[in-house]
Order: sequence, then structure tokens, then C-alpha cells
Amino acid sequence: MPRIPIGTLLALREEAKGRRATLTLAKAIVFTLYGMPPVLAGLLVYLLLSTSGPLGILGWLYTPVGMVLAQVLIVTPIVAGVTYSAVSSVGRDVKDAARSLGARGWALAATVIEEARLGVLTAIMVGFGRAISEVGAVLIVGGNIRGSTRVLTTAIVLETSRGNFTEAVALGGILLGIGFVIFLFLYRTQQQGHR
Amino acid sequence: MTAVDVKGVCKAFGDRRVLDGIELAVEPGEIFALLGPSGSGKTTLLRIVAGLESADEGSVSFGDGVSGNGIPGRDVGFVMQRPAAFRRTVFENVAYGLRLREVPEEKIDRQVATALDRVGLAAARDAKAWTLSAGEAQRMCFARAAVLEPRVLLLDEVTANLDPTNVALLEAAIRGYNALVGATVLIVTHNPFQARRVGQRAGLLLDGKLIEVSDVRAFFESPKDARTRAFVRGEMPY
Ligand SMILES: Nc1ncnc2c1ncn2[C@@H]1O[C@H](COP(=O)(O)OP(=O)(O)OP(=O)(O)O)[C@@H](O)[C@H]1O
Ligand SMILES: [Mg+2]
Repeated sequence: MPRIPIGTLLALREEAKGRRATLTLAKAIVFTLYGMPPVLAGLLVYLLLSTSGPLGILGWLYTPVGMVLAQVLIVTPIVAGVTYSAVSSVGRDVKDAARSLGARGWALAATVIEEARLGVLTAIMVGFGRAISEVGAVLIVGGNIRGSTRVLTTAIVLETSRGNFTEAVALGGILLGIGFVIFLFLYRTQQQGHR
Repeated sequence: MTAVDVKGVCKAFGDRRVLDGIELAVEPGEIFALLGPSGSGKTTLLRIVAGLESADEGSVSFGDGVSGNGIPGRDVGFVMQRPAAFRRTVFENVAYGLRLREVPEEKIDRQVATALDRVGLAAARDAKAWTLSAGEAQRMCFARAAVLEPRVLLLDEVTANLDPTNVALLEAAIRGYNALVGATVLIVTHNPFQARRVGQRAGLLLDGKLIEVSDVRAFFESPKDARTRAFVRGEMPY
């Protein structure tokens, strides 16, 4: 989950003076990518990884590694953005209290994340939801190869196109079930933070 | 040797000059009451002393092995105007600074228990901090700062908006802390009665300047400055 640090870093850095310009740029990038259609991310990764692309020699196209790369590109700005909002909503009072008690650097960041934990969990939930429901990018980069890069969503696409609606619906049910279980787990963790 | 030495501190927000050349020497072991109407810059001055805000001009230095801004938060404690509780239990709130300093667990247990006892919160040990009343939360914040036994304790209107019972409890805790640890206390208040009850010396901050500093007795009974006179008589609206 490298995206939580990104969001936190953005929020914490916002207070440090003199780095406004870099920060605004970083925020602009995050929030632009936030709204980027996943298919576009898939296309981008495809072009990067294709044999004639700059990263072609890695041979990652049509492999799970390539798919993960695309997912990271899609999910990172979302998780970073939501985390950013959560972390910046931690009041100045709380940060000052931590500082006055001696928290600096990483200890301070850890405290702020802990104070924003409900929002950070939301970020993880949103990011996870986006990742498992992704089709387009995963199809382009992964190629929907059986036993290798075929995932639930791409399998649903395939079965539907073949007219195997029963299979498609069953797979959909499995996807929904997995999503539900993980959501339930995160939700309960979140609720515990509330009480 | 002074405990807190404020020299020529100036601070402006935009073009609003909030502090205008503050000179203040707080003696070791004393309780100094900083008075002033709302908006006179009391909180700003305290935040600068606490190292949470930087001064535009001037300096703050600490006496006697207090590193102040050097290792902030170790020797200078700060309790804010509005209680800022962490979303944890009362115990974990008070243990926060001790954990940062990697104090052994049994010691944390004992020290937190003592600190909570001194502010009358022993029974609330395992309560979630956000379920406390305002007065209890402020007492917890006091305990959270005091448990680290800072040589200098800064208190920003810690009893504002509290009922008489909580005010009495906190004032007793402040005096107790000062007597027990021999620490220097700089307490900001806009309540002259409180300054008189807990302070040994008092100063009046007005429009970013320290108008008058003297023993509380002299401050209230024979103020030199006309504005101090007006303030202690309650003729100055604030
Ligand atoms: N971060 C800030 N940015 C801009 N202006 C500020 C900031 N902090 C304080 N000020 C301004 O500085 C002035 C002094 O504020 P300060 O909080 O020090 O007053 P105070 O004496 O503590 O008042 P009160 O008794 O109401 O707490 C106010 O006019 C306030 O608006
Ligand atoms: Mg104030």
C-alpha cells in the first residue's frame, strides 16, 4: 500500500513552507489521475510494455506483473487522494498536541495517520473496490490468457461474449462475494475505531 | 538565571502585527500569569515559546538544562486553549509522550496512574477520550503534558469555559505541579481573578506589547500603568 504514504506526505508537506510549487504540482497530478479513465491507464501501460515500447525488453506484457502495474497506476491516485483528504482533516490542534509532546518526523506522521484511520480505511476500501472491479485496463495489458492473466472480471466478459450467461452470472456472484467479505472486514475494523 | 527568556519577539500575520517587541523573563520555579484581552496575542506568544510557531524577529531561550526548541516537547510542556484529545483511551492519551520516549511499560503504568490521580481522573483511565466532558478532557490534556515533568509548563487559558469545580481542580493541579516538580509555569488567562489566585507575578499584554510586569499584589493593588488599572478594575471591555 504505497499510496497511503503519498497521501500523508502530501497533507503533511502542505504545512511545510517553501515547497508549495512542487506540492501543487503533485496534487494536480494526483487529482488529474484521479479522474483518468482506467482504459487509458491500460493503454498507457500497454504502450510502455509492448515489444517496441520503452519497457518492452522486460517482457511484462500479457503477464500478471503488467496487470499489477496497470492496477497500481489506476488505484494509486485514488487512494492517495482519499488519504490526502482524510489526513488533512486531522485538526491543527491535534498535530500541535503531538508536536508539543515531542513527536517529530515519522512519529508525527504515524500519529496523524492513526488519527485519520477511519478515512485511511475508507481510502483502502475505495481503492480495493476499484482494483477488483477493473476490466478494461486489465484486458488490454493482461490479454485475458487462461490460467495466467484471466481474472474474474475478464472471465465474465469472455463468458458473456460467448453467450454463457450462467457462468458469467456465477462468476459475478463470486466477485461480489469476495468484495463483500473484504468490505465487511474493513468495515468492522472501521467501526471498532469509532467506538 | 531565567527559566524562559523572551527577547524582542515580533510576529505579524499578513500585515497585522500581533507581537511587537516582547521582552519577558520568567524566573525558575515561579508561576507567571500572562493577562490580556482577547486577540492581544497571548496564544501567539505562548506558541512561539512552545516552538510551535516561529518568531519573525527576536529569540526565546531557556535556562538551566532546558533545551526548549532544541529537543522540543521534552522540557517544555504545552496545554492548549481547546483540549485536543487523541482518538484513544484516556490512558493512551496520557501515555503518548512516555511511549515516544520509550519508557518501560510498568513505569508508564505507574506514571500515568499518578498523573490521572492528580487531576481526579483515575476512574476514567479506560474511557475513550472523546466521551469525556470538556472539563475532564482539559484535565486529561493537563495530565498528558505534566506526566512528562517538563521544567517549563505553558498553559493557554486552560480553564476558559469550565465550571467552577473543574477550574478549582485544574488550579489545584497547577499549584501542585509547580510545588512538586519545582517547575516554571507560564499561564495565560484573561481572568484577573485567576491570575491572582495562582500567579506569583503577572504581566499585561495589550496590542502586542507587554504593558506592565510585576508581583501579583502590586499588579492588582497598585498598578503603575493606567491601562493596567483599567484592566484589573474591569473597566476595560474584553
Ligand atoms: N495563524 C494565524 N493566521 C492569521 N492570523 C492569526 C493566526 N493566529 C493568530 N492570528 C491573529 O493574531 C491575533 C492574536 O491572536 P491570539 O490567538 O494570539 O490572541 P489571544 O490573545 O490568544 O486571544 P484569545 O484570548 O481570544 O485567545 C488575532 O487577531 C488573530 O486573529
Ligand atoms: Mg488565545
